[in-house]
Amino acid sequence: MSKFKKKANVKQDIPTSSMPDVVFMLLFFFMVTTQMRETNINVKQQLPEATMLKKLARKSLVAYMYIGEPKKTDEFGKEPKIQVNDVFIEPKDVIQWVNQEKAKLQEFERDQMTVSMKVDIDAKRGIIADVETELRKANARLLLYSTLQRRVEN
Amino acid sequence: MPRATPDIPNASMADIAFLLLVFFLVTTTVANDRGLQIQLPPPPEALPPDMDIKIQERNLFKIQVNSFDNVLVEGNPFTGTPEELSEMVREFVLNNGADPNSSDSPEKAIVSYKTDRGTSHKKFIEILDAVQKAYYQIYADNAGVSVKKWLELSSDLMDPENRRLYDIGRGKRPDGTPEYPMNLSIAEPTKAGGN
Repeated sequence: MSKFKKKANVKQDIPTSSMPDVVFMLLFFFMVTTQMRETNINVKQQLPEATMLKKLARKSLVAYMYIGEPKKTDEFGKEPKIQVNDVFIEPKDVIQWVNQEKAKLQEFERDQMTVSMKVDIDAKRGIIADVETELRKANARLLLYSTLQRRVEN
Repeated sequence: MPRATPDIPNASMADIAFLLLVFFLVTTTVANDRGLQIQLPPPPEALPPDMDIKIQERNLFKIQVNSFDNVLVEGNPFTGTPEELSEMVREFVLNNGADPNSSDSPEKAIVSYKTDRGTSHKKFIEILDAVQKAYYQIYADNAGVSVKKWLELSSDLMDPENRRLYDIGRGKRPDGTPEYPMNLSIAEPTKAGGN
């Protein structure tokens, strides 16, 4: 009888006392890496895919512009619009916006400012070309078409 | 008599931490500042008015896209893959006068890219990507690195080693001009597609 009654004397609980520490560590990681988005994007944003992506070295020198069909089509219509800093602008206002963005930078950095254009895949070339013409006039000639990395099968 | 030790209940601490963790997990956005980089030409007013450059037909590689996203390459309809287009551009740039209908030298070779106002951004990026790929591949081959490595090193030219490879890749001459400049001309779009 006693043969079968013998039980292994091994603890079966997982120690949970260190769990808060582990969770806190994860928490701090995400707290540090997270960055709140300052602007609500009010246009559709499905970025195109490309293979030859370059990375911008200095994020402080980047100004963002969003182009696409407005999310609230009943209010703003279906034509693609240009959004910067929470507002829709017309191509003619681009120069003013560029000057505002440049004013935020140090003087010696102003000619290195890059405009990152986040354009929806369905937007047409016309509106983008209008913006480019204005950017040329505003002397903000470094341009980045924001895209996603296309998976290439080799 | 010993004092009563004040206890803070800490059984729920893990729950609170989890709650915060989930919050930050959800709100985290991974910033992506990656894309195709180009430099726009100076404004039309800044150019001298009598600048009338004659470019030989053989040194131009014409890519045209209409409002239906149909592509013409050198006047012929093109239905191939972006990789094929990339290869065509590469051959054109590296012709060095071998084929009388193709470019004289990489320096003179110009890729002219014209779209319509109705061309979709998706197609525009696809073609631009193919053309840039051709050039980056030439640069990477010259510098003896992979294309991926080339893209990385050309993003950070502060590093002297990167700078050195970058200059080799673009074939920098003693006078500072590159032997393989990326002559990509993005023309003002045509208006056939309306808008």
